[in-house]
Amino acid sequence: MWTAVIAGSLCCYALKLLGYSVPRRILDNERVKNVAALLPVALLAALALTQSLSTGQHLTLDPRAGGLVAAVACAAKKAPFLVTVVVAVAVTAGLRAWT
Amino acid sequence: MAPLAFGFSLSLPMARSVLRNAAFIGLATGAYGFSFGAVSSASGLSLWQTVTLSAFMFTGASQFALVGVLAGGGAGAAAVATASVLGSRNAFYGLRLADTLRVTWWRPLAAQLTIDESSAMAFAASDRPTARAAFWATGISVFVCWNAATIVGSLIHFLGNPSTLGLDEAAPAAFVALLFPQLTTRLSRSVAAVAALVGLAVVPLVPAGVPVLLAAGVAVVVGCRQRTTPSLEASS
Repeated sequence: MWTAVIAGSLCCYALKLLGYSVPRRILDNERVKNVAALLPVALLAALALTQSLSTGQHLTLDPRAGGLVAAVACAAKKAPFLVTVVVAVAVTAGLRAWT
Repeated sequence: MAPLAFGFSLSLPMARSVLRNAAFIGLATGAYGFSFGAVSSASGLSLWQTVTLSAFMFTGASQFALVGVLAGGGAGAAAVATASVLGSRNAFYGLRLADTLRVTWWRPLAAQLTIDESSAMAFAASDRPTARAAFWATGISVFVCWNAATIVGSLIHFLGNPSTLGLDEAAPAAFVALLFPQLTTRLSRSVAAVAALVGLAVVPLVPAGVPVLLAAGVAVVVGCRQRTTPSLEASS
């Protein structure tokens, strides 16, 4: 765990510093900018779905799926960040207690 | 004079407005830091590991991704790679901020405070002195609130079993909350949908943590084929 924590922190700091240090033309490249703009969208969507609908290497349908649906409903209604998280957590806990 | 060091020259009302915004954004981000503390603890990280991430990684989505991949049984390398890919946007903020801030000695600190909120406030400012003040005030405010809230959040796991409390769904819900404001164009919505499907499709085939990295490939392929810059900030 510590290795990942420290390596991840160093990588993320290096990326922050990189922006202040590299020649402008590299990050100004059109393709680099397009990819960078789309990466968060692709990653966040994949993170949300895979973490709600799988356990290890198995696709699963359990109370977390209900929490995901609740989170999507909240976010689509432009609910504040904390509300979205709390509602999803509560729905997941509720479904788990009920099933 | 602005009530801050770094040699700012701002009018008092302007300085007040910058500080008020910074304080507000700091408090709002605190709520998010609180969830991170809770999620990180629920994922099996110790208080110190959680605090280290908030202080040194200090970029929210990457922190959530790192602990999320680790909690899902992913390898450390996959967790670090996912966090880094998400953190790469800070490099682009830094690129634009370098001209505005013109930092030399303060560069290592400016880099650490280069995150979504501080960059957004600096880019939104009308002139350079305001942009610089907004960057530093917002960065420091978010840093303090984020870290304080992380500590409080990470203590919540003493309340009970994280999975009974439904906390295993907190990180995915956070990703959804971060994702939706970015789905402003048809292109971004398509990329999100395809990436999510690719991620799910390869779950049975590759080790945990890798599906998300393969899904990132969707952004790379689409981004390289786009002729013009996709304006994700557009409100269409």
